[in-house]
Amino acid sequence: MAFAHRLFPTPLAVAVELWALAAHGPLLPDLGKTMLRAGSAFVIAMVLGTALGIVLGRQRWLDRLFSGWLLVGLNLPAIVVAIVFYIWLGLTELALVAAVVINKVPLVITTIREGVRSLAADYDELAAALRLSPLRRLRLVTLPQLMPFILAAARTGLSLIWKIVLVFEVLGSDGGVGYRVSIQFQFFDITGILAYTTAFILVVLAVEYGLLRPLERNVLQWRPDPA
Amino acid sequence: MAPGPGLTLSIAEKRFPGPTPPLFADLRLDIAPGSVTALFGPSGIGKSTLLRLIAGIDRDFAGSIAIDGIPAHQAPPPGFVFQDPRLLPWRTARDNIRAAAPAISAEAADAALARVGLATQATAWPRMLSGGMQRRVALARAFATNARLLLLDEPFISLDAALVDDLHQLLADIIATSGATVIFASHGPQDVARLATRVITLAGRPAAIAQDLTFPLPPAQRDGATIAAYASQLATGVPHAALD
Repeated sequence: MAFAHRLFPTPLAVAVELWALAAHGPLLPDLGKTMLRAGSAFVIAMVLGTALGIVLGRQRWLDRLFSGWLLVGLNLPAIVVAIVFYIWLGLTELALVAAVVINKVPLVITTIREGVRSLAADYDELAAALRLSPLRRLRLVTLPQLMPFILAAARTGLSLIWKIVLVFEVLGSDGGVGYRVSIQFQFFDITGILAYTTAFILVVLAVEYGLLRPLERNVLQWRPDPA
Repeated sequence: MAPGPGLTLSIAEKRFPGPTPPLFADLRLDIAPGSVTALFGPSGIGKSTLLRLIAGIDRDFAGSIAIDGIPAHQAPPPGFVFQDPRLLPWRTARDNIRAAAPAISAEAADAALARVGLATQATAWPRMLSGGMQRRVALARAFATNARLLLLDEPFISLDAALVDDLHQLLADIIATSGATVIFASHGPQDVARLATRVITLAGRPAAIAQDLTFPLPPAQRDGATIAAYASQLATGVPHAALD
């Protein structure tokens, strides 16, 4: 059954292909490109979304003004945003990263805004009594309370960003995991696709267990039930 | 050390939203530098609110509060002890102290903890400390900045008697050595009779000064009988016969 064999490669075949692609093929540069795009979009979306979420959570009138737009942003199809940005800005890194950020920011804002609404007024009184500067107040009082929300936004955000970066790479880019998978698609190269997918999942697991989990343990160790 | 600041309170009106009558109206009060003043009265009378106004936490009132001539919210930060410990749960005991006093070293923060009997708890998270221990960290935090004005909101409420005794002693020591101006809210006659040099009794709504007592004997020289006499004087408003 040569046909079945070609479409359902064994794990060993995938592993061999993975090794070959990493050693002699374009896997590592592709992975690097994708991670750079996902990483920069992630950082920009988190910083922007957290800042806007704090502002909208604190200022009711701004929240009323923009909550409709936020809803639009949450439900805007990712692919439409990407196409529009590709048309406006060309098939550039900037267009790709901007499209990903636009897709992600509303989710971060919504999560952080909920966190800000749950901030305890007690600690604001303490900050006022201690005459904390705005910066120290952010560091000592506001961010620690928001940290569980920020971590939740980071985790859901990272998974969303991985996925849409790949889709956008298929749509138009000169490299990256999505781009390579779309070429493999044209050749029905299922072994290559699975090898790329495996490499990608390994990276995701490394980020989760090497970065997010230790960070979470460290930042939330004050809680009775550290995650 | 030089005595703490003098205060001049002139509150034209303080009210909370809603149809209720104002909490304070035309309340005037001068507090002498280095004095230990107790705000005495039942709960709900406005003691905590008055302390928040003095601390500059609550600025929503008509009138003025001057601390050595400076408006309350611009004055140097007071040492403030809330009714609950109000520690930052995401910082260790030591770091809670350093949050209030960023200039002091870790060693100085530990020394401040040692002074309240918590030398071994510097790296403990607040959730690991008992309620009484948290209260002591809050006191250490208020004292760590060497604030010239100490504001304490029911610092001894819901603590067991032995601990209250310890904290009385600690507070009396700190007051005696620092010369800070202290204002504390309490509805316990014993606390007031032990620590205060002056007692302002608040009553009614809007709250007015129902009684303004000065205890002649300095706190350090009071024995059990004097404290009991002061406490009963507070309850009746009449100087006790034993003191004559």
